[in-house]
Amino acid sequence: MAESFMVKLKNKIKNFRITRSVFAYPYILFMLLFVVIPLALILVNAFLVDGKLSFGNFIALLRDGASLSTLLLSFLVGIITTLLCLVIGYPVAYILSKRAWGGIIVLLFILPMWVNFLIRTLATRAIFEALNIDLGLGTVIFGMVYNFLPFMILPLHTTLTNIDKSYLEAAQDLGADAVTVFIKTTLPLSLPGIISGVTMVFIPTISTFAISQLLGGTYLFGDSIYNKFNNGLYGVGSVMSLIMLLLVIVSNIFISKYNKGEASKNLW
Amino acid sequence: MVKKIFDKAFIFIILALLYAPIVMIIVFSFSNTSNFTFPHGFTLDAYRSILNSSQTPALLSALKNTLIIASVSSVAATILGSVSAIGIFNLRKRMRKVVENVNQLPIINSEIVMAVSLMLFFVTFKFPQGYVRLIIGHISFCTPYVVLSVMPRLIQMDPNIYEAALDLGASPAKALVKVILPIIYPGIISGFVMAFTLSMDDFIITQINKGATTGIDTLSTYIYSSQHNARGLNPFWFAVFSIIIVFIITLLLIINLRQYIKKYSKEIKNEKSY
Repeated sequence: MAESFMVKLKNKIKNFRITRSVFAYPYILFMLLFVVIPLALILVNAFLVDGKLSFGNFIALLRDGASLSTLLLSFLVGIITTLLCLVIGYPVAYILSKRAWGGIIVLLFILPMWVNFLIRTLATRAIFEALNIDLGLGTVIFGMVYNFLPFMILPLHTTLTNIDKSYLEAAQDLGADAVTVFIKTTLPLSLPGIISGVTMVFIPTISTFAISQLLGGTYLFGDSIYNKFNNGLYGVGSVMSLIMLLLVIVSNIFISKYNKGEASKNLW
Repeated sequence: MVKKIFDKAFIFIILALLYAPIVMIIVFSFSNTSNFTFPHGFTLDAYRSILNSSQTPALLSALKNTLIIASVSSVAATILGSVSAIGIFNLRKRMRKVVENVNQLPIINSEIVMAVSLMLFFVTFKFPQGYVRLIIGHISFCTPYVVLSVMPRLIQMDPNIYEAALDLGASPAKALVKVILPIIYPGIISGFVMAFTLSMDDFIITQINKGATTGIDTLSTYIYSSQHNARGLNPFWFAVFSIIIVFIITLLLIINLRQYIKKYSKEIKNEKSY
């Protein structure tokens, strides 16, 4: 009995080849521990009140007028910021996609992003203060556009440069003027880039931490999640994080539906 | 013609606005004032104040912490990410898809949610406060980028090369070191650079997981804690920010220009060979 077991074990060891997928296991374990389980904990905590399963946290959030108005304000700031970034970023990406030197200039747009956002935000605040501009919603939105504009330009530039020029030529040959060519071909073909750009600006804008505090003394959704956890209100904080997480997931499903993830991957 | 000039002007104005705050900080770091004027003319006083300011020891220890955390977590993330990229590449299709999607999670997720979920995890399972939490947190958001930068190299690799090495008598381990590693090496390096910069640059995850009582600060959390209730920016900070900005921009310019020149000289060579 014991002998046959030993033989089996020996054979197993002898036949064991390092199939290279084994290399993935430590990382899979790591991700389970430090990415998946923490997110699951948020889900669990959202439904826990004093160790019991309940919707109490959701009700508490709905009754919490301050948090709800923060959420509303965040959406407002997010929408305005995203629109501004689109209005400024689209022409930039469009012009750069038409020029041979566009690639290097795009690099110049990304470069300041690598300077820590706190330093850039504090620099803009110092300038506003020196110019005697009152800090408020306007300065917050300026700071957001300033911080997240590159996130809009990059995916747009990628999609716009990848558009097959023959579509535009075909439209011209068929008698469309420049404006019609743009509206009927370029714009629809750049839709994946627009969607990626909009998501990549909107999500960070509403969830970012510290920018709105520093530039206007106002709290946005990210700040109020932080405050809830800082004050030990893990339940309500988890519900708010869950809302944020859902937003991220939904928008990413949306992105991958409209493009094969190319525009967003090229960001890094 | 007019349109061309208009295009260039538009790009230039947006770029100028984007760089204005950074450039102004650098320029006025030489005036030793906080209000963006030059009342005393050009002076290095702000930089001299770094040498004897009462804030300097705290700043230096924050710099030390930043470098420790960034080095440890980026080395760990690079090893973990490179090894697992090989593994993920060889997983069965269905499993690979799942793992790749989970790998994408820390990248697409908003940082604040990542940060509070980790905090919840650390608190629930009573992880020791301080470096352990911070380094684990940093590894968990850096590794996905390493995986993403190594993966394309593996996809481009001709699988026959590895098979050939085995056929010629190399052990799997030897084939791994002699064949696969050299091919994915550039991806590993760029993954490491990315992990290091991301870790150095991180604020949110560090701020939330550093713990109030440990007293550990990185550069970004130290800047935040000393500035978020203040009004105006001391000349001291003008000088510190300028040093950081110039350092980072030069580093990135060197890295990017080198890549660009490499690519460009390759193109020229290709053209010549025709």
